[in-house]
Amino acid sequence: MANATVKADRARFSRRLRQFVRQLRHGDEVAHLITLLAAASIIVVTVMLVYQLYVNSSEPRHKFGFGFFLGKTWNPVSGDFGALPFIYGTVVSSALALLLAVPLGVGAAIFLSELAPARISNYLTFVIELLAAIPSVIYGLLGIFILVPVLRTVVMPFLQHTLGFLPLFQGPIYGVSMLAGGVVLAIMIVPFIISVSREVLLAVPVEQREAALGLGATKWESTWQVVVPFARAGIMASIFLALARALGETMAVTMVIGNDPKISVSLFAPAYSIAAVIANEFTEATGNLYLQALIELGLVLFLLTIVINGLARLAIIATTQKGTQTQ
Amino acid sequence: MKLKTSITSIAVGAVLIAVGLCALVESPSAAPAPSALLLNAAGATFPYPIYSKWFTEYNRLHPDIQINYQSIGSGGGIRQLQAGTVDFGASDMPLTDKMLGDFKVRVLHFPTVLGAVMPTYNIEGVNQELNFTGELLANIFLGKITKWNDPAIVDLNKDVHFPAQDIVVVHRSDGSGTTFVWTDYLSKISTEWDTKVGKNTSVNWPVGLGGKGNEGVAGLVKQTPGAIGYVELIYAIQNHLSYGRVKNQSGDFIKADLESVTAAASGVSKSMPADFRVSITNAPGKTAYPICSFTYLLIPAQIDDAVKKHAVKDFLHWMLTAGQNDAEGLSYAKLPKEVMTRELKAISQIK
Repeated sequence: MANATVKADRARFSRRLRQFVRQLRHGDEVAHLITLLAAASIIVVTVMLVYQLYVNSSEPRHKFGFGFFLGKTWNPVSGDFGALPFIYGTVVSSALALLLAVPLGVGAAIFLSELAPARISNYLTFVIELLAAIPSVIYGLLGIFILVPVLRTVVMPFLQHTLGFLPLFQGPIYGVSMLAGGVVLAIMIVPFIISVSREVLLAVPVEQREAALGLGATKWESTWQVVVPFARAGIMASIFLALARALGETMAVTMVIGNDPKISVSLFAPAYSIAAVIANEFTEATGNLYLQALIELGLVLFLLTIVINGLARLAIIATTQKGTQTQ
Repeated sequence: MKLKTSITSIAVGAVLIAVGLCALVESPSAAPAPSALLLNAAGATFPYPIYSKWFTEYNRLHPDIQINYQSIGSGGGIRQLQAGTVDFGASDMPLTDKMLGDFKVRVLHFPTVLGAVMPTYNIEGVNQELNFTGELLANIFLGKITKWNDPAIVDLNKDVHFPAQDIVVVHRSDGSGTTFVWTDYLSKISTEWDTKVGKNTSVNWPVGLGGKGNEGVAGLVKQTPGAIGYVELIYAIQNHLSYGRVKNQSGDFIKADLESVTAAASGVSKSMPADFRVSITNAPGKTAYPICSFTYLLIPAQIDDAVKKHAVKDFLHWMLTAGQNDAEGLSYAKLPKEVMTRELKAISQIK
């Protein structure tokens, strides 16, 4: 009798166990579904975004067609809109920012991951991550009150004096300029490059370093010829992250770039970026054509980001060697 | 491994539920008490300080009426009123006939207070208040006069010694009612400005640097030797900026202050159209400052909800009478009596 109850108990127990395992498998399914939804939602949001930008810019698209990309005038009074000066300003200021930030950021990351004592590295990394969290309007304010006066009174006259034969450094000096925009952007994106690149460099297996040192390489040779190439894809990824931020940055740029939609070779001349003009003019834009032209600029920025990111990916694929780790 | 995933999914579910609960709990607390009437309004940022004071004050006097004002800019206010998502709007410039045609309902303009715009500058060794004419300002902003020691400037300011400094023009980069008033004035004075540039909240500037907001323009002017820009009266008063006098229609050089701005509105009041859509730049009157404007509330002429209609009318009445006394404390020029009386009559047009 007692034996039978024990048996029945055992049977019930094993049935429950099987049920539990089945539920776990169910859990797997649930997790799969939830993560799939999360991934799909990104695509849905992106598609909806582009759709809305496209639909809400029908008037200028029909009126200007592809001429919108090449138009040099932005005249809300006469209703004549062209995006070229803004595209130029966005691309050049971001390129300038990368030019300044990449050597600085990658250099700092190499120092922090390879050469600095661990304690100093950790402290500095903490400070750098703090920098990344500062709102961009603060960078803009610092830019207009500290950076721009220094540029106007010291840096720009110096550049004009020494390199003034280049068209890049000619023309009147106002302070607010393409150069100021590029420098502020560079300061803003350096923390991204440093903190991601450092993580990537730290993730390079110790064996790689040991092997290089074992073959008689110096510390620097091992770092520069083995560790950095190994982490190259990850470092590139950090640069693209930084580039994306630079392309879309609004407040800090508009405060120092001079906000003048003209194309000028000189870095001392004021310029204008896509994100800045949208933020500046959207609130007071009356009339459909004007408003929709601003929305179309949003679409242009989106396309620009896709093109630049696409080119960047191609560059990675073209330069990635075997054995390089993709982060 | 499997246990882990199930825990994760439970955690994710729990977070989702928590977020949902938060949303449920949050929303009712933001809404007003059930008996109160909520009026929604949106529009211009320039009058926001005085509007916010008025709406708070009015709510204190009438606890059952709450007015929620979003200062999203004139353009946004006009669009929201068109879409019918707000009960009334606010704009720094009168709507054009074309814009009014886009509305399904008739819209009435009610001037509330006045603003003014004045030239501010930074010239080495010059601390005096300079005299300007509209023609001179237009030529400077067109880029035709490029040096501070240009005869056109020196002739107006005989007792000032000007350096041979380059003029750096600074304008607003953001769309703004301030730019509208400034360009409206220049368009009236200079036919060349009118044909080449025109008037709007943003224009295609022939020369110059753009600063964001009054503070951006003032900051750039302060920093840049030889700069000239334009700022709003309130901003100039509150930040103790020095600014120039401008020649008015009767030939006097007038410094902008609350009295000279009200005087400009008063000078125009006789010729003012019934719907108050009028530019008061370059107004007649000996003491009138020439670069100023009304800012408006845009009220639908027909309000179906009787309670709302009564509330809107009552608020307008209060704003035009008792409310006007709050204006000068916040550095807004108040409406002249003539305009106020006419507006009080116009309230009855709301049906």
